[in-house]
Amino acid sequence: MKGLTSEYEGKALSWQVREGVIEVALHRDPCNELGSLSLEELEKFADAFEILQQEAHALILHSDLKAGFCAGADLRELYQRSQAMDKDEALKGVRDFLERIHFVLNLIDAAPLTTIAAVHGVTFGGGFELALACDLIIADKMARFCFPELRLGLIPGFGGIPRLKRDLGNAVVRDLLLTGRSFNATKAQQIGLVSQVVGEGEALTAARATAAQVGKFDRATAIAAKKFIKPIPHEELRREIDIFCELFSQPAVEAGLKKFVESTEAQPYLP
Amino acid sequence: MPNDMKANDRSTTDQTLDEILSLASVHFKVPREKLKPDEDFFKALGIDSLQTLDLLTRLENHFHVELPDYELQGVTDFRTLAGKIQARL
Repeated sequence: MKGLTSEYEGKALSWQVREGVIEVALHRDPCNELGSLSLEELEKFADAFEILQQEAHALILHSDLKAGFCAGADLRELYQRSQAMDKDEALKGVRDFLERIHFVLNLIDAAPLTTIAAVHGVTFGGGFELALACDLIIADKMARFCFPELRLGLIPGFGGIPRLKRDLGNAVVRDLLLTGRSFNATKAQQIGLVSQVVGEGEALTAARATAAQVGKFDRATAIAAKKFIKPIPHEELRREIDIFCELFSQPAVEAGLKKFVESTEAQPYLP
Repeated sequence: MPNDMKANDRSTTDQTLDEILSLASVHFKVPREKLKPDEDFFKALGIDSLQTLDLLTRLENHFHVELPDYELQGVTDFRTLAGKIQARL
């Protein structure tokens, strides 16, 4: 396997296969916001994945940017695009975006190898949801997690609620979703979200060591174990898209997006 | 006794304040003597929203407390911030 598949250098992300581990690095300024460009490149990754996974036993997702792992959906792009369209067209675009990103995240979630999100700094909204699609989250001690979507009049749309509920339970989802508060890596480990908390700048190194460890097991056994313990909550994921689209039609969303895009506040993710 | 308790509270809050100023000075590379307790820390440190989260995480890690963001909404000076942290120690 050579050429375009084994290595890729895009504008939003890059990947390479290194010692049996697929490493995907996010690097779109300012903090890996997930918009149309990132989605297109994630889809390129999804296309290449069938071949990539044949010579890998693990996948690591990480960010090359100092600001953090990922600040979530590109709300500026969402606002600007929705302003340029009529409501039905905007809603159709949103549903299409959600369907496409769900496809990629479901692929990562069910991938027949061990997937690790190595996170630091801001891991908010869609970035948190991207990490949640992975089997393990390894966080540097400066990582911070948040579901801020309610401030926009929305719920998380990239599969966050079903996955967090699957992994940790409904009470944790309610706390994080209904308060919109952010929390650090120590708290994330206490509630069982994060498997390891490491020093500043050490998450990728720890993820590589973990990936090397999981490679020692028989792959077919690891795949069977993962399939058994990590079911994909397809029905709730579908319902999430529907609820997101129902809420997106409400006037509160446009006002929330406008406020966020124009905000100069220190905590723009809070209402 | 109540007076002693108040003096102790003041003393520990002052200590917390001092630690915040030192931490902010080191991390954001602003001379310690330029940071004043009642000063707007956003202006004093020149920090944006992402750096505000960074500061929040550093404070939580340093003091081993959890600081919900909404409790800090509207807090702009170091002294009030110290009081919020002190309340969770």
